Amino acid sequence: MSNSALKAASTQGVYSDSVVRLFALAAVLWGVVGMLVGVIIAAQLTWPELNFGISFLSYGRLRPLHTNAVIFAFGGCTLFATSYHVVQRTCQTRLFAPKLAMFTFVGWQLVILAAAITLPLGMTQGKEYAELEWPIDLLIAVVWVSYAIVFFGTIGMRKVRHIYVANWFFGAFIIAVALLHIVNSAAIPVSLTKSYSAYAGVQDAMIQWWYGHNAVGFFLTAGFLGMMYYYIPKQAERPVYSYRLSIVHFWALIFTYMWAGPHHLHYTALPDWAQSIGMIFSLVLLAPSWGGMINGIMTLSGAWHKLRDDPILKFLIVSLSFYGMSTFEGPMMSIKTVNALSHYTDWTVGHVHSGALGWVGLISMGSLYYLIPRMFGRTTMYSVRAIETHFWVATIGIVLYIAAMWIAGVMQGLMWRAVNPDGTLVYTFVESVKATFPYYVVRLLGGVLYLSGMLIMAWNVVMTVRSGKPARAPIPLVAPAHA
Amino acid sequence: MESLWVLIPLSVGLILVILAVFGWAVHRGQFDDLDAEGERILTDDPPAVDADQP
Repeated sequence: MSNSALKAASTQGVYSDSVVRLFALAAVLWGVVGMLVGVIIAAQLTWPELNFGISFLSYGRLRPLHTNAVIFAFGGCTLFATSYHVVQRTCQTRLFAPKLAMFTFVGWQLVILAAAITLPLGMTQGKEYAELEWPIDLLIAVVWVSYAIVFFGTIGMRKVRHIYVANWFFGAFIIAVALLHIVNSAAIPVSLTKSYSAYAGVQDAMIQWWYGHNAVGFFLTAGFLGMMYYYIPKQAERPVYSYRLSIVHFWALIFTYMWAGPHHLHYTALPDWAQSIGMIFSLVLLAPSWGGMINGIMTLSGAWHKLRDDPILKFLIVSLSFYGMSTFEGPMMSIKTVNALSHYTDWTVGHVHSGALGWVGLISMGSLYYLIPRMFGRTTMYSVRAIETHFWVATIGIVLYIAAMWIAGVMQGLMWRAVNPDGTLVYTFVESVKATFPYYVVRLLGGVLYLSGMLIMAWNVVMTVRSGKPARAPIPLVAPAHA
Repeated sequence: MESLWVLIPLSVGLILVILAVFGWAVHRGQFDDLDAEGERILTDDPPAVDADQP
């Protein structure tokens, strides 16, 4: 070891990485669970007999379990792990209040366990992506405030004057999610397990989709862009293509995101002008999204060969191409005339999964493959070939999934709107369901492949942890110019 | 559309807060030397001290 590293260790101590390790391992576990539930419900949609007539195994109960598990358990734990890692490394200081950080771990796992118990039992607020009942909502609020204290406290005691762009994205994600959660979860409890929304009718729908789309924008986009801006440069060993553009990307995204939500309510009781505002803001979002995507991908400019040899970079860069695809597809689907065809069809499901499996999933996996070995005193995962295998299995799974849903969705949309010359419908609804069957089988196959990739990752992580030891990473001394 | 009476003022308030934070960042010189800041994260990783974490 070099003298400077020894000196650093003796003067400034080590990073608070225990909580990063715990969240990273939890993310892998919940990834397996959440994707397994996804495969089960995909099978149920194909063969409804698989509901077995048991209420807590029925599609309606398991579907919110799937979405909560993949978004808040897998995605959430990855966000906690990476944000705690990135904020310490870029601020060159340990975490503010490490015990409070540990509380966020325990609290978040409690939220996940509570969700896993209450959702199959049918306890739900009936709001998409905000199903959990009010006592769990309160626990989420407490954990989230603690998270904000730890994160911003760490920023406050940074040893580097400049706040790295990834921290801006993580910070915006933490504040926005707190605000969205508190407004949308406002409810009047009637018992410990039942409450009614504080809003009614179309008001409730507006609040719900203001929450719902911003949850996509801030939970599933801003936070993961934070990962993108740290782990891609680190893995590629090159600075971001244009750091200036990354700053513009951040401010443009957060200034324009908040009003995209009404595009979920086209052709409903929501006033037309509110629908149009939602559509216009969604179209505007194409610009910052693509600016960010191009910036991330061009980071490899001049070093494209790395993409051939490094499976972690494949995860990170291909995730960005799915980000580009879904942030193009999303604004297009928000156009009212396109939405008239796509709404309520499986095209929407395909769009969500091109973002979820392609962008959120792959960027998380790539970041965890970078993070986990380093947290356990290794330079690489136990098996690099297994990462390569995981990448291809997952990518083929995504392509099968979204292609099947595109075809199924457009077909459903066309069948539902087809009318005879006398004005009657050409097809009954059940005919469109029957026609969708083969695409549901292909979708299930795509899901099984994606889950298989996650199982390969879980094995690789177990072997990595077993052959390494929790590492103590010293905090380097900061050059006076930056202090 | 009473819910818009909550959401629109909330959004306007938020935009003002975002503007204030942006102003703070510019004023404090956060964006003065952007090229160097992009490079810095690549050089801040010393090796682990040892593998025995308490």
